[in-house]
Amino acid sequence: MRLIVHNMLSCNIRGVVNKFPLRIEPEKIIVKEVDFNPDFLKHMIAKIDWKALVDGARSMGYTELPDHAPDTTTLESDEPFLRKFHHSLLELHLEEGSLVCSETGRKFPVNKGIPNMLFHEDEV
Amino acid sequence: MKLKQLEGLLGDLEQFSNPKVELEQYPTGPHIASRMLFTAENSYGDITDKVVADFGCGCGTLSVAAALLDAASVIGFDIDPQSLETATLNAEELEVEIDFVQCDITKLELKGQIVDTVVMNPPFGTRKKGADMEFLPAAMKVASHAVYSLHKTSTREHIKRAALRDFNAKSAEVLCELRYDLPKLYKFHKRKEVDIAVDLWRFEPK
Repeated sequence: MRLIVHNMLSCNIRGVVNKFPLRIEPEKIIVKEVDFNPDFLKHMIAKIDWKALVDGARSMGYTELPDHAPDTTTLESDEPFLRKFHHSLLELHLEEGSLVCSETGRKFPVNKGIPNMLFHEDEV
Repeated sequence: MKLKQLEGLLGDLEQFSNPKVELEQYPTGPHIASRMLFTAENSYGDITDKVVADFGCGCGTLSVAAALLDAASVIGFDIDPQSLETATLNAEELEVEIDFVQCDITKLELKGQIVDTVVMNPPFGTRKKGADMEFLPAAMKVASHAVYSLHKTSTREHIKRAALRDFNAKSAEVLCELRYDLPKLYKFHKRKEVDIAVDLWRFEPK
């Protein structure tokens, strides 16, 4: 599971208010390089929940992301930032671990890179 | 990539080893899958450099096709762990990067506007009544630009009405009619092979 996916997953348990983001408890992380696509990344900045990405990356051991995304007008020339964004969004893989609901503590296991987001019958 | 090349690559994918009838697990053949994704990209630009979600991905045929057409990111969602294992192998085999999520897509709430396009070959509702009409609203909530989906031609008017009236569709268009070859997969299948008329739909959310 990469952070682009983590940025859309929430805890849909009935009654939970603080559904997003899920906290990451990693056990095994791997890094796989993929092609750098700056146009795509610039397009994504506005759509990503930045805090969830920064916190997610930190819990996976990557602390290079700034607390706030830079102004979109300066992005054109800010390749070092885009590289960090690229790396955190698309190259860090949570292979084994858990995604945890901050409100209920419910753990969603991640095995072989696949999060199990199946809820129990009484949860939804 | 040319259509024939895409079709050829998809033809080599592993399919369901023990298909589960209650989930309506049928492989999406390379003929349909390649045409579906090729049309989505060539006619509408909905795949290359986009974030593509595959709902009910099964063994990952549509996901792999999207990745081969250079989607920026592909995510496959399915409820069945065995299919997801096969899908993972298929992605590795074709050397494409796909994220997979195990879930019930009708109960999962995906946050935000990250997904551009949803592609899917959803259940037709032959085992669990109404299953075909559960995937569509879920897809319409997630896609920011377009949903590509296969439904039986016999349900055409019903689908169109539901999409426009109930599922927040700005447009609902049948792009083409295809023949879906279903080989004899299950014991209850009497004929060796059967051919179902299906519509390839494109929906745009409001």
